Amino acid sequence: MEKLKYERPIINKINLGIPNKFGTKPKFEPITQIDGVPVQILAEKFGSPVMVISEKKIKETYKEAKRAFTTRYPKVQFAWSYKTNYLDAVCRIFHKMGSWAEVVSGFEYDKALSNGMPGNQIIFNGPDKSLKDLEKAVINKSYIHIDHFDELYDLIEIAEKLDEKPKVAIRINMNTGIYPIWDKFGFNLENGDAWNAINKIMISGKLDLVGLHTHIGTFINTVEPYGVATTKLMDLVIRINEKFHTLIKYIDLGGGFASTNTLRGSYLQGSDTCPSFDAYAEAITNSIINSGMDIENLPMLILESGRALIDEAGSIVGSVIANKRLADGRRSMIIDVGVNILFTAFWYDHLINPGQSFSYNSEETTIYGPLCMNIDCIRPNMQFPVLKKGDLIVISKIGAYNMTQWMQFITMRPNVVLIDLQGQTHVIRQNETLETITSLELIPDYLKS
Amino acid sequence: MKIKSNLAISESGFVFDPETGDSFTLNFTGKDILNQINQGISLNDIQKNILEKYDVESDSLEMNFYDFISMLKHFNILHENE
Ligand SMILES: Cc1ncc(COP(=O)(O)O)c(C=O)c1O
Repeated sequence: MEKLKYERPIINKINLGIPNKFGTKPKFEPITQIDGVPVQILAEKFGSPVMVISEKKIKETYKEAKRAFTTRYPKVQFAWSYKTNYLDAVCRIFHKMGSWAEVVSGFEYDKALSNGMPGNQIIFNGPDKSLKDLEKAVINKSYIHIDHFDELYDLIEIAEKLDEKPKVAIRINMNTGIYPIWDKFGFNLENGDAWNAINKIMISGKLDLVGLHTHIGTFINTVEPYGVATTKLMDLVIRINEKFHTLIKYIDLGGGFASTNTLRGSYLQGSDTCPSFDAYAEAITNSIINSGMDIENLPMLILESGRALIDEAGSIVGSVIANKRLADGRRSMIIDVGVNILFTAFWYDHLINPGQSFSYNSEETTIYGPLCMNIDCIRPNMQFPVLKKGDLIVISKIGAYNMTQWMQFITMRPNVVLIDLQGQTHVIRQNETLETITSLELIPDYLKS
Repeated sequence: MKIKSNLAISESGFVFDPETGDSFTLNFTGKDILNQINQGISLNDIQKNILEKYDVESDSLEMNFYDFISMLKHFNILHENE
């Protein structure tokens, strides 16, 4: 007799009165391929876990963002936010599409140079630029965004010493109606610091004030604050023109656009709440066009969007290590993807799908990573189908910040693979080995024997 | 092992506990096992039956089986024989 197909026995309690937030049963689809490459093959060839980047998705997203802005306003320039994902291959994809580089450290600055960026297409942000960094950026004619008065005075000195007129912008923080105000960075608008800095720059005559910059926060899922920020920057552009007869060449609205991920604990799905690029573009470009500046003197608009451009292009293929019961009866599943490589699990309820077909039944499940600490939790609570040890899972929309904020802790960082437009795979960062880690360590002689 | 006496188990795998008002859903294998417990078959024999009837290795069945039994106890559906 032919045996019946086995499925692990399950019992689920029905919670009447506390229906699912959306009144429907969560639906799962297996993700069995990424851009035509079977996830099974990815795991076999490159190991589990493996991080995967889709060039196709990067290009689609970038084109969509660019279209939204350039159809509303002619002078738009994107600058790739290196910190969001500074794997060279990723940066180069953005540069090839026309993005400049936006960097916040000497390390990122050098990376941009090594990716072939000319100095005058690098925007240098951040509070921590050494004197050497600043000199290099001045000589390369990069755009230096001044963060604080100490830096302003340093730059004036460097300008005198090198006999150069550095191209600068100031970073401005302001109240745009959202909380918290990121006032750690730049000069505050409302208390007069920003205007004060502008006056110092103009009166010194040593620096070429070409831009105004703000970055109001990250994962901002309403567009109004961008409208407010743009209006406030444009008011300054006009005021500078009136007082100093100087035209500001660009305003830089920073990044901060949300991606379609769902914030942890949020009731609504990110894909339902995330504003479109069109909505952000409408708020920003309307505020420029409706400002009092004459049309022919309107500044270029720079955008440093990071997360929104790369999140959806990244995935992790991982596998199930074990299933367990927690003391309170909930099921827990341990996977080989921990918070050490998936840092964003602290912020997002990441999308996780089985990597192969599975039975219809699901259980309330806590999904843990492999690290020996309780905080290594990828999803505290989600309905998930019952998978077996060794089954594959795919975590989607992980392209932003994980490949830069990951840490080498307990396990080593995995391969990162790019799938190109032809569906070919390329390792763009090799997995670490014991040797990678120990090659940096030194053992004092007396401990050698 | 004994199933709570007044429990209603439907054809489709729906379980209702009139005492607490709790209801549960079972998948096909779960329903099969619960029905066998209901018929008074010993846990050992149920495992043998399942092994014969379904395409499954005994190791993984054993793990899943005891996990399932512990969930039945957790939900107060199953009690130790007094
Ligand atoms: C100055 C600056 N620009 C751009 C970004 C990119 O932000 P996001 O990824 O939210 O678009 C950041 C990130 O914090 C930033 O600090």
